[in-house]
Amino acid sequence: MAFKKSVVAFAGTPEQEAKLKAVIDAEKGHKGALMPVLQQAQEIYGYLPIEVQTMIAEEMGIPLEKVYGVVTFYSQFTINPKGKYKISVCLGTACYVKGSGDVYNKLSESLGIKGGELTSDGLFSLEACRCIGACGLAPVMTINDDVYGRLTVDEIDGILAKYRG
Amino acid sequence: MYRSHVLVCGGTGCTSSGSGAIIAKLEEELKKNGLEEEIEVVKTGCFGLCALGPIMIVYPEGAFYSMVKAEDIPEIVTEHLLKGRVVERLLYSETVTENGIKALSDTNFYRKQHRVALRNCGVINPENIDEYIAFDGYKALAKVLTEMTPEQVIDTVLASGLRGRGGGGFPTGKKWQLARNLVKDADQKYVCCNADEGDPGAFMDRSVLEGDPHVVIEAMAIAGYAIGATQGYIYVRAEYPIAVQRLQIAIKQAREYGLLGKNIFGLGFDFDLDIRLGAGAFVCGEETALMTSIEGNRGEPRPRPPFPAESGLFQKPTVLNNVETYANIPQIILNGAEWFASMGTEKSKGTKVFALGGKIHNTGLVEIPMGTTLREVIYEIGGGIPNGKQFKAAQTGGPSGGCIPAAHLDIPIDYDNLIAIGSMMGSGGLIVMDENNCMVDIAKFFLEFTVDESCGKCTPCRIGTKRLYEMLEKITSGNATLEDLDKMEKLCYYIKNNSLCGLGQTAPNPVLSTLRYFKDEYIAHVTEKKCPAGVCQDLLTYKIIDIKCKGCTACARGCPVGAITGTVKQPHVIDTDKCIKCGACMAKCKFGAIIKE
Repeated sequence: MAFKKSVVAFAGTPEQEAKLKAVIDAEKGHKGALMPVLQQAQEIYGYLPIEVQTMIAEEMGIPLEKVYGVVTFYSQFTINPKGKYKISVCLGTACYVKGSGDVYNKLSESLGIKGGELTSDGLFSLEACRCIGACGLAPVMTINDDVYGRLTVDEIDGILAKYRG
Repeated sequence: MYRSHVLVCGGTGCTSSGSGAIIAKLEEELKKNGLEEEIEVVKTGCFGLCALGPIMIVYPEGAFYSMVKAEDIPEIVTEHLLKGRVVERLLYSETVTENGIKALSDTNFYRKQHRVALRNCGVINPENIDEYIAFDGYKALAKVLTEMTPEQVIDTVLASGLRGRGGGGFPTGKKWQLARNLVKDADQKYVCCNADEGDPGAFMDRSVLEGDPHVVIEAMAIAGYAIGATQGYIYVRAEYPIAVQRLQIAIKQAREYGLLGKNIFGLGFDFDLDIRLGAGAFVCGEETALMTSIEGNRGEPRPRPPFPAESGLFQKPTVLNNVETYANIPQIILNGAEWFASMGTEKSKGTKVFALGGKIHNTGLVEIPMGTTLREVIYEIGGGIPNGKQFKAAQTGGPSGGCIPAAHLDIPIDYDNLIAIGSMMGSGGLIVMDENNCMVDIAKFFLEFTVDESCGKCTPCRIGTKRLYEMLEKITSGNATLEDLDKMEKLCYYIKNNSLCGLGQTAPNPVLSTLRYFKDEYIAHVTEKKCPAGVCQDLLTYKIIDIKCKGCTACARGCPVGAITGTVKQPHVIDTDKCIKCGACMAKCKFGAIIKE
């Protein structure tokens, strides 16, 4: 398999690096510290490009291939940056039987991107998620921290327009 | 002393429908009317009736306001809280009677429920340890530490008949006994809590963590005492931010009160807890994969034996139970094994929480005694199927479970009965489907999920589920033969028998159960090239019914590919070769003249 490198050039700041080092210092030595470190690193940088993975590997004394293996195993870790607005459509069972698949397809069509991709203006990224547990509101999607429930396909373009400003 | 309490649901369902804004508005209005000293606002956990959220209950009257909006708050404050006049138009309609308000416990949704695990959800403020203590919180831990030996604790849990609520149904007491006795000279043991609720459509564990986090902490400390562990880990989904935050608050408060940490109650017992966040991997709900993940690795399962009771987390003896299982423990200790065993069926004791979802009126969380029938849950508690549609199937057990047809609606729900009819309890998701859901499509939906979530370690699961998915795709696109159905069934058993962990061993269940009960639908897809429910796009054709079409041209204008032709006021026609089956015309037609079949 080709080595997966982020499509966007890495632009980390010294402040971010200092924060990451502080996180590693606090967690280092705890059993099973890699996951919490990766989670906090993703909070700092927004994603986990190979540059960040390398820093973590070196600071923690863990082989890079192990770090990379863990990063690519879990769906919450991303090696590509997300959009300014992260759209996440629930494709859990309760939402699916109420038509969230149509909502997802409509979003993909309107944005011109597939799941896991980012629009060329960097505004939106789209992904499917597994059940956020708001099944009473099915079908549900979230855009950053905003939750949209009882969605219909017709509402999608109007909602996107709000974020395009 | 407050003269009135306003309970507002702060669970994920109601927060998603805007309960945060309601609480803010409520506090603002109370202040404006000078009522902040008289009326207390409590942000609670889930009440269960998520379909009607945001939910608010005003005590002492017990007025149950549903689907409350921020604009309604001034009226509730000035009318109800200031003048004592209940705002009837906002009450849950079922609680309104001629003689005033009907108690919530008398409504259809709550009448047959019995809350043990969810006892405090929607009752207490989960961010305040004093409220948990006021409802007998940490009393079971005190009883265990002062009056019971570890063996007595294990015997009590054994005698209660409690079985794992995460899906497997293994007797909890037995698990504890093995972890206590199997390795005599272990220098360290661990207690873990599986809060990686991955079954899409199940959210009871999240509701317990959000509504009553201390019950899990207390139960884990009891488990620690029983097996001889001093450290615990709660592995919780990162997708549950509210639950994680409340757990963190609860752990901090418990430490401050000396209920976690060194020398608990001053009785010489040490036990502490850490939270570990999952990162979105369904397989981590499997016990060995979960532990591998806590250790900081790819969450892949490993062969058993050795079982976790012998060599689990960090190769030490470990007990792992799920959230709902723990939520039962303090009540069992306080009320006794006989009390718990008096509920339920012969081999499945106590209650079970189900997350009702899909095509059902009252979506939400319900807790029922084991042995309640599916019919009672769906039609009495759940309020039946909306829009006058016919019930087709209930799906339990998530991607590991199966679909139950109408013929089995009267079977009492317990572990063994569900397995006998080809499904399983799972963690308690219960998704209702109606005549508009295609069972082949549902099976394909679950297989897509398992293909995506298979960790890839063992071949039968990694490749088998992919092939199974492709066969289903062949069926839903109209390219399969009857022979493929037999091949598919054989492959199902191959995957079941040869996979390493529970994920692969149960992944074919959605296919097998739909083949068993809805074979006619599969056959219709294969031989007639038709999807009876009208879901599978490749097998559908859109048609205009001549006599219903008024020739308004709305459909022709709405068609993105120009597949509809016709003159004004004359019936239109769809060119099926051009049609991309997007359904836009059907949505545009005001006369119901367009059908798909």
